[in-house]
Amino acid sequence: MAAGTHPTWRHIAATDRDVLALGGDWIAQSGAIPQFSPECLTGSAAGRTIAFDTAGLGRWDTGLIEFLWDAKRTAASAGLRVDGSGLPEAARKLLGLLPDRLATAASPSHRRFRPLHALGGKTLGMLAELGALAELLAVTTSGAVRALVARARMRAVDLLANIRAAGPQALAIVGVVNFLVGAILAFVGAVQLRKFAADIFVADLVAIAVVREMAGVMTAIVMSGRTGAAYAARIATMRGNEELDALAVVGIPASDYIVLPSVLALVFTMPLLYLYGCFVGILGGFVVALAMLDITPLGYFHQTVEAVPLDQFAFGFVKTVAFAAMIGVTSCRIGLLAGRSAADVGVAATKAVVVGIVGVIAMDAVFAVIADIVGI
Amino acid sequence: MSDPRLARPDDPPLMALRDVTLAFGPKVIQRNLSLDVRRGTIFAVMGGSGCGKSTVLKAMIGLLRPREGRYIMDGEDYWAGSEERRTEIGRRRFGVLFQNAALWSAMTVGMNVALPMQMFTALDEPSIRRLVMLKLGLVGMEHAVDQLPSELSGGMRKRAGLARALALDPDILFFDEPSAGLDPISASRLDDLILNLRDGLGATVVIVSHELPSLFAIADDGVFLDAKTRTVIAHGSPTALRDGCADPQVQAFMRRENYDAEAGGKV
Repeated sequence: MAAGTHPTWRHIAATDRDVLALGGDWIAQSGAIPQFSPECLTGSAAGRTIAFDTAGLGRWDTGLIEFLWDAKRTAASAGLRVDGSGLPEAARKLLGLLPDRLATAASPSHRRFRPLHALGGKTLGMLAELGALAELLAVTTSGAVRALVARARMRAVDLLANIRAAGPQALAIVGVVNFLVGAILAFVGAVQLRKFAADIFVADLVAIAVVREMAGVMTAIVMSGRTGAAYAARIATMRGNEELDALAVVGIPASDYIVLPSVLALVFTMPLLYLYGCFVGILGGFVVALAMLDITPLGYFHQTVEAVPLDQFAFGFVKTVAFAAMIGVTSCRIGLLAGRSAADVGVAATKAVVVGIVGVIAMDAVFAVIADIVGI
Repeated sequence: MSDPRLARPDDPPLMALRDVTLAFGPKVIQRNLSLDVRRGTIFAVMGGSGCGKSTVLKAMIGLLRPREGRYIMDGEDYWAGSEERRTEIGRRRFGVLFQNAALWSAMTVGMNVALPMQMFTALDEPSIRRLVMLKLGLVGMEHAVDQLPSELSGGMRKRAGLARALALDPDILFFDEPSAGLDPISASRLDDLILNLRDGLGATVVIVSHELPSLFAIADDGVFLDAKTRTVIAHGSPTALRDGCADPQVQAFMRRENYDAEAGGKV
């Protein structure tokens, strides 16, 4: 676009009316649109007319309308009449669309710094959230019980699809993570234990650490990031699309139709993934130990079997069931609470992962204390 | 009309599709599609559900490359140009109102309108703020400048989307189903707005719609697409098609009669 002439305006006070004479090119993106100064109309008594003289007007776009709107609003607040007959017809039409005064926009709520108020609010919110989670857990559990007697509104196909997504499709990543964790444990152990010529006890170290802690926690963290986030995002998107409302209208409770199969799928698959993780983790340690130390495969195997009695597996199994239920219920809950926009889906997924990982580690600490008390 | 920005009948068309075939993978949406959009007209893309109206719009705003045929945009072959050139055309000349408004949900309405100006003009913040208020004022949404899209009703979202489409003063406006989901009063207000924007800004408007009252009220040219044969079956303004087109399907559409595509006639 050719750089046009500069926009100009003049206020002419005639005897019976105020005239605004406009000249030059009024192009919004030129950044040269002058500001209308309301002072020029302060001397005008209410009821007077403002007219426009556009004889010198060149090209124009919304930049002109912007200026005219300022004038129109000033005139309206001063009780002046606007006579648009001097304007190009198109400009008059656009000006006609604009209101006389700016509605005082609903002011965004002012945030004041009130730490106690914030702390109290957060605490109450957290307590309420715990209650809501407990309720959702109760509803889901009762749904699971009803599902056993085939009374829940859950379709087997949904459950199977969820199990497939949470189980077989997660084998690769769970396997990789646990293999590497087992290998790392063996590395760390081998360096230390070799100093005491206790090479063979690498097997004990790897087996106990993997079975008691690492396989369960690692699997739960992976599943929280993989499946928990997916649940939260999926449910949040369904909420945004009014799919949950549609379910509610036909009388299908979201807790049965969505939450139950999701949570059950995790509860079914995660203990199995844990056992698989134990196996792969011990295998990882085995590979590293054989490569680094002077141990026979049979010796390592024997030492491993001696090191972990069956109740260790049972303990890990119970733990992962609890992790799975926690991840499933909190992820679904976060999805159900999400807002309706695209950004909210991202927030929900992030939140689900954070809550899941922190929750898993916190629960694991509690389990460790319990195990110590009961002496497993 | 004496306005120099509007076209004389013998001017070359502003946009033209020539023997265009549009397809998603193996699925052909429209074939042998030719149309001319003259400067300053309100051009309607009409047709029943599933005939590919929105796909034609996608092709015209450069989101879908035709499998065959040419798209002439103001004298230049649109797809022959570089990607930068196409982006430039889209940014400077196209304003699009998407079917669901497609407001960026993480931003307030005001920020939605301001973003294109912040990115692509040298204007300072106060000027942008004033222009944002103006564009929102034109669509009657200046009160919602600080609200989030999720807090708005469907009609308000659509008007905010229109304000955003106007952000960079485009000279070609595309509307995908602008009045769908609006009450009759809002829809007719939107029609007036489109007419005023066309007259006021000298814009050319391409509108995809099957809302008959809107079409008769504002469109002065158009094409009618057929879902079954996947091509254009009539050219002309909605009023001309209603009064002068012999095709039974077009007649049924324009007069809201039942039409059985299999039987090829009225029911």
